[in-house]
Amino acid sequence: MPNKYLHVHRLRRVYVWELPVRFYHWLNALVILALIVTGFYISDPLALASSKEASATYTMGWFRYIHFAAAYLFFFNFLFRIYWGFVGNKYANWKQFIPTSKRFFKEMWTVFKIDILMLKKNGKQQDHLSVGHNAMAGFIYFLSFLAFLVQCLTGFGLYASMSGWWLPKLFAWVPALLGGDILTRQIHHWSMWFFILFAVIHVYLVFFHDYVEGRGEISSMGGGWKFIEEDVFKNDKHQTPNPEN
Amino acid sequence: MTNDAITTQPTYYEEVLRKGYSRRDFVRFVSMMTAFIGLEQSAIGQVTKAMETKQRMPVIWLHFQECTCCSESFIRSSHPIVADILLDKISLDYTETLMAASGTQAEEALKNTMTKYKGKYLLCVEGSVPMGADGVYCMIGGKTSLQILEEASEGAAAIIAWGSCASNGCVQSAKPNPTGATPIHKIIKNKPIIKVPGCPPIGEVMAGVIVHYLTFGRIPELDKLGRPKAFYSKRVHDTCYRRPFYDAGLFVETFDDENAKKGYCLYKVGCKGPSTYNACGVMKWNNGTSYPIQSGHPCIGCSEENFWDNGRLYERGSSFAGFGIESSADTLGKVALGVTGAALLGHAVATNIGKSTFIQEHQEEGKESEKELK
Repeated sequence: MPNKYLHVHRLRRVYVWELPVRFYHWLNALVILALIVTGFYISDPLALASSKEASATYTMGWFRYIHFAAAYLFFFNFLFRIYWGFVGNKYANWKQFIPTSKRFFKEMWTVFKIDILMLKKNGKQQDHLSVGHNAMAGFIYFLSFLAFLVQCLTGFGLYASMSGWWLPKLFAWVPALLGGDILTRQIHHWSMWFFILFAVIHVYLVFFHDYVEGRGEISSMGGGWKFIEEDVFKNDKHQTPNPEN
Repeated sequence: MTNDAITTQPTYYEEVLRKGYSRRDFVRFVSMMTAFIGLEQSAIGQVTKAMETKQRMPVIWLHFQECTCCSESFIRSSHPIVADILLDKISLDYTETLMAASGTQAEEALKNTMTKYKGKYLLCVEGSVPMGADGVYCMIGGKTSLQILEEASEGAAAIIAWGSCASNGCVQSAKPNPTGATPIHKIIKNKPIIKVPGCPPIGEVMAGVIVHYLTFGRIPELDKLGRPKAFYSKRVHDTCYRRPFYDAGLFVETFDDENAKKGYCLYKVGCKGPSTYNACGVMKWNNGTSYPIQSGHPCIGCSEENFWDNGRLYERGSSFAGFGIESSADTLGKVALGVTGAALLGHAVATNIGKSTFIQEHQEEGKESEKELK
């Protein structure tokens, strides 16, 4: 059996996710979890039975407080990630997310055929392997950034009238544009489901890539490293979705 | 925009005295109005002076597609002077509901006011304008609402859109909006428009808007949706006396439960107070007697745009309109989650089949390396 292999792969350590990207990722995961849990509570609070005076409890108040505090963290973290899309390494660059070339779409199509339809290419079961995000993933992250934007706009739009600070007040035009808080609130609630579905698919795909590619996909968001076959370096096979520069 | 030039009319104060009110009544009315329109105490003098010196402002009050609840609310405004002077004596040159004249006489009065006070009269509009079927759904004196509105707004100094109908279409414009009910601001673009939404708006709010216009000769400060800031800048929720129960997390679960008796927050039975900008919690209704929440009923958000189509009245708004049966966002979300889970499961199986060779190579390579290590 062992003689079947041409060679056992030699892997090289590649620093893919820089510390700020990892920090962003995990903070984002944490605050989104907090926002979803508290958001669900705010939308449909539990029936509490309390013998205490209303003035001695603050359950809803705390849930809302955590929601708003997490919202601020989410917002600034999001802003930071956009900034890092311009100064970070090539795997963090905005060009990984926004299609600006034909190649990007071509790669998305390839990923769709090989990883979703499970089609073979040139008789092989796996053809394209990206080091960072593949084009499909990058594009979905771009859509998720749009969802971030929708949540920030509607969320801070709703928050604007409760706040004395200029920052949330900058969003006061959102409910005005939508005709009021009722619709704004509903959009805020519906959009939240994108995050839940995203998280489920995201976690699945991380396991998928780790399992199929064996490059340390799961741990890469811990230490930042992926382990890439030497062939990739030798044959200069590696590509980012959009051409460099 | 001011009506100083009109000299043939008595002042408001003269009308007040002629009606048999005392100076004390007048001052009480002025103080109340000053407070309502959000001015400080020192402005009482200014308002008083305006009422004493300014002449009667001609007002045309049009009724289109509506139920007249705005007029009803206005004449029940807490201070009698509001009804007696602002409405009855001073203002209305033309209003279908309350004027004595009818038929050609009434149309004559309308025409007279429009020509005599061109550019000076205040145009109040109650109701939406049906634009469907060339406007035949609401015609008065042989003219469509649209024609009447366009003619009357031509010489108006400013327009007040009374109530939700004129401000945002209200229930007539609910899907599928068979009559094409359209609010005023979508038709008239070249005049200052004050939106006073509510179904109906609070009588004191209506009076306050008029007094503000009389006093300063210009429209009050408006928010981004064109509503007077003095009355529409706070949510009903923020001025609600049940708010402490909300913050505590104590809610009415059903209308007949113990919590309802205790006066807990009505949030979970669909209160739209947190999304509704109005002065109900402060001014209340019927001479400050009560307001819906105080009576144990959730706010339905009647002064908010599209409140009739944006979800159900007795549920927190998270439902989709236009899905045939209204379906809540969470129900759809759960279905989507189930579908996603099934799809991922399918994909996992497909991966193990479709990429079997590839995965096997990796695994054997890994096992080989494991054996090599002593």
